[in-house]
Amino acid sequence: MTNLHRYIPMTEQDQADMLATIGVQSTEELFRDIPEAIRYRGVLPMSGALDEISLLGHMKELAGRNADTDSYASFLGAGIYDHHVPVVINHMISRSEFYTAYTPYQPEISQGELQAIFEFQSYICELTGMAVANASMYDGVTALSEAGALAAGATKRSRIVISRAVHPEARETVRTMARGLNLEIVEVGYANGVTDLAELQAAVTAETAAVLVQSPNFFGCLEDLSAIEPIIHGVKGLFVVSTNPISLGLIEAPGKLGADIVVGDAQPLGISQSLGGPTCGFFAVAEPLMRRMPGRIVGQTTDIDGKRGFVLTLQAREQHIRREKATSNICSNQALLALCASIYLSTMGKQGLQDVANLNLQKAHYASARLAEQPGIALAFPAPFFNEFVIRLPEGTSVKELNLKLLEAGVLGGYDLGLAYPELAGHMLVAVTEKRTRAEIESFASRLGELA
Amino acid sequence: MTKTTDTINDSLLPASAKPEKALIFELSKPGRVAYSLPACDVPEASPETYIPASMLRTIPAQLPEVYEVDVIRHYTELSRRNFGVDNGFYPLGSCTMKYNPKINEDTARFGGFAKIHPYQPEESLQGALELLYTLQNDLAALTGMDQVTLQPAAGAHGEWTGLMMIRAYHESRGDKRTKVIVPDSSHGTNPASATVAGFETITIKSDARGMVDLDALRAAVGSDTAALMLTNPSTLGLFEEQIVEIAQIVHDAGGLLYYDGANSNAIMGITRPGDMGFDVVHLNLHKTMSTPHGGGGPGAGPVGVKSKLIPYLPKPIVGRREDGAYFFDYDRPESIGRVKAYYGNFGILVRAYTYIRTYGPEGLRHVSECAVLNANYMMHRLASHYEIPYPGVCKHEFVMSGRGLKQYGVRTLDVAKRLLDFGYHPPTIYFPLNVEECIMIEPTETESKETLDGFIDTMIRIAEEARTTPELVINAPYDTVVRRLDETTAARKPVLNCACS
Repeated sequence: MTNLHRYIPMTEQDQADMLATIGVQSTEELFRDIPEAIRYRGVLPMSGALDEISLLGHMKELAGRNADTDSYASFLGAGIYDHHVPVVINHMISRSEFYTAYTPYQPEISQGELQAIFEFQSYICELTGMAVANASMYDGVTALSEAGALAAGATKRSRIVISRAVHPEARETVRTMARGLNLEIVEVGYANGVTDLAELQAAVTAETAAVLVQSPNFFGCLEDLSAIEPIIHGVKGLFVVSTNPISLGLIEAPGKLGADIVVGDAQPLGISQSLGGPTCGFFAVAEPLMRRMPGRIVGQTTDIDGKRGFVLTLQAREQHIRREKATSNICSNQALLALCASIYLSTMGKQGLQDVANLNLQKAHYASARLAEQPGIALAFPAPFFNEFVIRLPEGTSVKELNLKLLEAGVLGGYDLGLAYPELAGHMLVAVTEKRTRAEIESFASRLGELA
Repeated sequence: MTKTTDTINDSLLPASAKPEKALIFELSKPGRVAYSLPACDVPEASPETYIPASMLRTIPAQLPEVYEVDVIRHYTELSRRNFGVDNGFYPLGSCTMKYNPKINEDTARFGGFAKIHPYQPEESLQGALELLYTLQNDLAALTGMDQVTLQPAAGAHGEWTGLMMIRAYHESRGDKRTKVIVPDSSHGTNPASATVAGFETITIKSDARGMVDLDALRAAVGSDTAALMLTNPSTLGLFEEQIVEIAQIVHDAGGLLYYDGANSNAIMGITRPGDMGFDVVHLNLHKTMSTPHGGGGPGAGPVGVKSKLIPYLPKPIVGRREDGAYFFDYDRPESIGRVKAYYGNFGILVRAYTYIRTYGPEGLRHVSECAVLNANYMMHRLASHYEIPYPGVCKHEFVMSGRGLKQYGVRTLDVAKRLLDFGYHPPTIYFPLNVEECIMIEPTETESKETLDGFIDTMIRIAEEARTTPELVINAPYDTVVRRLDETTAARKPVLNCACS
């Protein structure tokens, strides 16, 4: 009875009855269409089976060898943040009617998911100031790539200008996308922590499909979107802004500043860090671009009795109908993480989102002031920032070594900017969320002062 | 939007009697809160002190003002208007809606997995890295490939990643190949992914048995063939018996073979894409490896390659040093680059690894045997009631045609809608495109004979209803929170958000 397994109900009697119905002697006969030459006859060299007790022990042992933010105070951001996840979120996303469902293809029995996505789209429009949003994307960086692809298609131009102050992994992903679609990428440098506007002006031409910026940018600094907007709109290209949704509790919505496409990662909105995935990208556009959006979109309608209901819509864009002519190859969304974000925004509400954004702002600025007081440590950039900022450490400091020492002290230090920006070796990107206490901030600052 | 609240408690009503569910925005009442934040413990200054007023938001986002019980009841009621595998049988062909084990959910939530940052020192991530490294190797063994990337977030993402590697491989040899061949039964994402990778798609017809037509393939391949994309078993549930010849034809022309792993649940431990001649494989962990579909995502679409494509894998991959330490290997100069932030959907990878460890290799083989037995049993029992276009043996799924019911005015869509009244999620319908009125059924291994029999009896009953009382089927469903929805108006006059402010 070696084949008994708690997920499989097949008994020997079932098997005998079913084979008899089919009219074959053995299960093996059902595989007679597979040529013998390509049959695998051994036991695959894979990890072996464990009983439930042993498996839990094994997984706990693996998990135990990672430093997690239950035990470590994190000053690490760079795209993934240690925000508080309201406890209600895990309870609601653990409702298996949500998490064990497929894409809502049968709307009559999927109204819960469809309405949840409709509400997510509404939340994203409200936060970003855009007219329409889709049901979500793999993550923020792939959302930015798709925005670039959309812009190239919409403008029939093949050059995309992207700021070096955009997340390095986003720029890498955009480059991979661009190779696929034979687009040209032009990178524009930064000055004082924000996109160099003179360089941007020079790079943008009548061939430019879009300008891609991030605000708050990778250094945490706020870009002057009002100054960038006329540069790209002057050549009738599209203005694409990647943003941090939690910052939009305080910071002006990019849609109000002329953005044509607003994207970002919803991870700050109640999604666990989980080594960087799964998260959830959001994607919002101005009205004229609606039918060019990639991914799933939910719309409101009525049923034959006139009752309000929701359906997947604008499917003429999608690959199961359009195949090679689809607007994108994406046929899924990050529904469960979009649900996290929606529940987060429902929980925080109008006041809570402002309050949490303000706590981030206040604590980050307090931390920056304490750090700047330390001998040899200075703020690298003068630009305004939200909850993340760059410090310059004393000449010759190895951020990697420093972070290993911090780890021993129970702290996850900031991101080593030298990894992605050689000219910023010895600079650390520090993130401070609402979770960090004054005591943790002060201890971090003084410890950095001692170690650096 | 006229409703301002849910005026009655509808949780105990039958589905069809439930009123419209208020949007969360419609539950808002100024002055209510559902959050709890610490007081600011650092000296506070007005935001204008730090940020120019011109950059600050002038009108707060108009989010709802509700309290915690509203949040819980709202999402609980939404969940009750949804149907998942835990609610009942979900024989959605090509989607492998198997049971999503609960231990997977528990392990993925361990703090040491859920609360770790991608940029922590590698020294503080050794458990996570070991898991990723082991999973890479396990999936390579399962598929017969030499190396695996875990970065792609979904099946379609894996397809594109694989095609980008194929493109890089040909380009590195100075070989300009522009065309990707797909059979007419392929998933729509195959040609869509080919387009995004810069290829032109050639679609070839299947033969009368539903297999790749070798003559059509021979006619299609040439010096411009970059790859053939194939799902095997196909979306018809049939194994390509001539796969070795197919591989030979494509390879002789200098092209590569791409394996769409959507249907891997049929073949684990029985045959491997690598042994069939495929050069690149993606797996859908949300299908074969039991990770939950989440209502549309997240998934994971790891890609395995043969050795000649290893240089082009996205970076980083996880490596192991001689001293046993695990590390992210970024030193890959010929890599296609990055396809996603960080290292893939780690939370999903934890679930998939947990799943593999509940079975081991022999258990996984048993999974496929049971999945195939269940599908063949259903096909045989339904054969006298619905048309089976490709009789014989099927693999983990099979297709039927509902065209025999058209004479009564009943379409496949109507059969699907009628199934809702009996508490079943319908099969995949109208796919693949080359079968008229197609009904595609995939039972998976986690369903019992009793469940299969119940569904089969219901399908037989609906066929009988179609003959005797077709209006009953045509007007279904009756017992759902909404009935058939007006999709045409939804697309023509889109209402895509509640325009709350």
